[in-house]
Amino acid sequence: MNTQVTIAGVTLKNPVMTASGTFGSGMEYSRFVDLNRLGAVVTKGVANVPWPGNPTPRVAEVYGGMLNAIGLQNPGVDVMLERDIPFLKQFDTNIIVNVCGKTVEEYVEVVEKLGDESAVAMLEINVSCPNVKEGAIAFGQKADALYHITAELKKHARQPLMMKLSPNVTDIVEMAKAAEAAGADALSLINTLTGMKIDIYKRKFVLANKTGGMSGPAIKPVALRMVYQTARAVKIPVVGMGGIGSAEDAVEFLLAGATAVSIGAMNFVNPYVTEEVVKGIEDYMAQCGVEDINELIGAVE
Amino acid sequence: MEKRRKENGRVLSQKEIAPQIFDMWIGTGLAAQARPGQFIGVYPRDKSTLLPRPISICQADRERQALRIVYRVAGRGTEEFSHYKEGDEIAILGTLGNGFPLEAAEGKRVLLMGGGIGIPPLLAVAEALSGTLGEAGADIRTVLGYRDSGLFLKEDFRRYGAVYVAAEDGSVGIRGNVMDAVAAENLAADVIYACGPMPMLRAIKGYAAQQGIDAYISLEEHMACGVGACLGCVVKTKEINRHSHVNNARICTEGPVFEAKEVEI
Repeated sequence: MNTQVTIAGVTLKNPVMTASGTFGSGMEYSRFVDLNRLGAVVTKGVANVPWPGNPTPRVAEVYGGMLNAIGLQNPGVDVMLERDIPFLKQFDTNIIVNVCGKTVEEYVEVVEKLGDESAVAMLEINVSCPNVKEGAIAFGQKADALYHITAELKKHARQPLMMKLSPNVTDIVEMAKAAEAAGADALSLINTLTGMKIDIYKRKFVLANKTGGMSGPAIKPVALRMVYQTARAVKIPVVGMGGIGSAEDAVEFLLAGATAVSIGAMNFVNPYVTEEVVKGIEDYMAQCGVEDINELIGAVE
Repeated sequence: MEKRRKENGRVLSQKEIAPQIFDMWIGTGLAAQARPGQFIGVYPRDKSTLLPRPISICQADRERQALRIVYRVAGRGTEEFSHYKEGDEIAILGTLGNGFPLEAAEGKRVLLMGGGIGIPPLLAVAEALSGTLGEAGADIRTVLGYRDSGLFLKEDFRRYGAVYVAAEDGSVGIRGNVMDAVAAENLAADVIYACGPMPMLRAIKGYAAQQGIDAYISLEEHMACGVGACLGCVVKTKEINRHSHVNNARICTEGPVFEAKEVEI
């Protein structure tokens, strides 16, 4: 049985990755799962300098999911290179670093610093965080802005670039095509859906940021639809995510056209979920007589 | 490092000990590693409520392999837990957080200050201080603050020393909060261990700074992962934090207990 997939020249032993921001740099969940079993670990977004993030409350539960407005708190790329990458290097998995910034120059600085680290297999560019006022999302909601930043980063990147798309747009396909045209090597989607929760007794927003990004099982059908639309419209590989919590969920995304999948909020619900999904996909393949996982990609009829 | 894990425990007993306050003993191997001030994440079965509820450990019985939690029904998750019966399975993640630094109490006059649903974790502290530090150990006094006459755990604390009660509505004990009780009873201390609502902890931080008392406070915040990955539950810190490299510490991992002077609350 073959579970290997390839994204932009990077071979993953299986299509299961972690979703940025839910898995730190792998250290915390390495106490629950064997990182060697995962196709890739995608880190929390990292900027050129440390970011303090938003005030609390930063998280809230909603029906079938959660909202977060962390605001991309991160220790900066230097700490990532000195502490987190050496930690992840101990494991036989791909390291994908998620990159964030407020200006094109800030993104470029991070991309260049990571370019010297050969252990980093790929860069995921966060142009879709809904919780940071400047930058980030501004690049991800207009096709021409997305084209521009993708093309600019492509000039500086030594690793393949995976652009992470926001679902908070009118036409996901237009965004996907803009990133592809600018030279993106892969796409990942969806980032969180912008949402809100109000405490009716206090008459206040539950999140200090008022709005937050929604994730969890409740968004899965939306994510699946967008992955399907996108995968049909572009030639570059698509990594699907949004509420995945089981092997069945993961296979749905593969059938919709995703080459790999990321697991995010469900790590909080089940800290063993990533490894369980890897095992569950193998069981599904055995049960359904699937010899090569690549047969599943986009195979929905 | 203890082995942190998610597992199914079993409800050994549950009763309502004050209005909307439930007292549950859970049979679980996690009891062996529990330290006073740590907490567990409790998962509802209802899949529309996904996240683990952070609930402090009130007592750990190593021989019986059991953890005691005392919690208030505050929403759909805790409402569900309140209906669990003896023998039911309960999914828990633990043990989480750092716990109170008990060594700071050795030979000292200790004040335990608990407000509302912040009271339960201090019982584990009282028990540990009286047990491990022995007779030469600490002099323990406890101040408990309640909203009204719906007292809980008061008798449990009496085994370990004098207990002073404050109630906001004045129906029992001293009218007001725990700080009012400290003033009324003139309670001197070298070390404070506290857990309760943020205004209370802020007052304790100020009082401890003014009096030159070491105060350790247990904080609460909306949490998602409970294990330090999501950065949802942070508190502002005076110094740049070693892990985050900004002035934020994770309450679930570097806390929930902080030295009061370290945090900006």
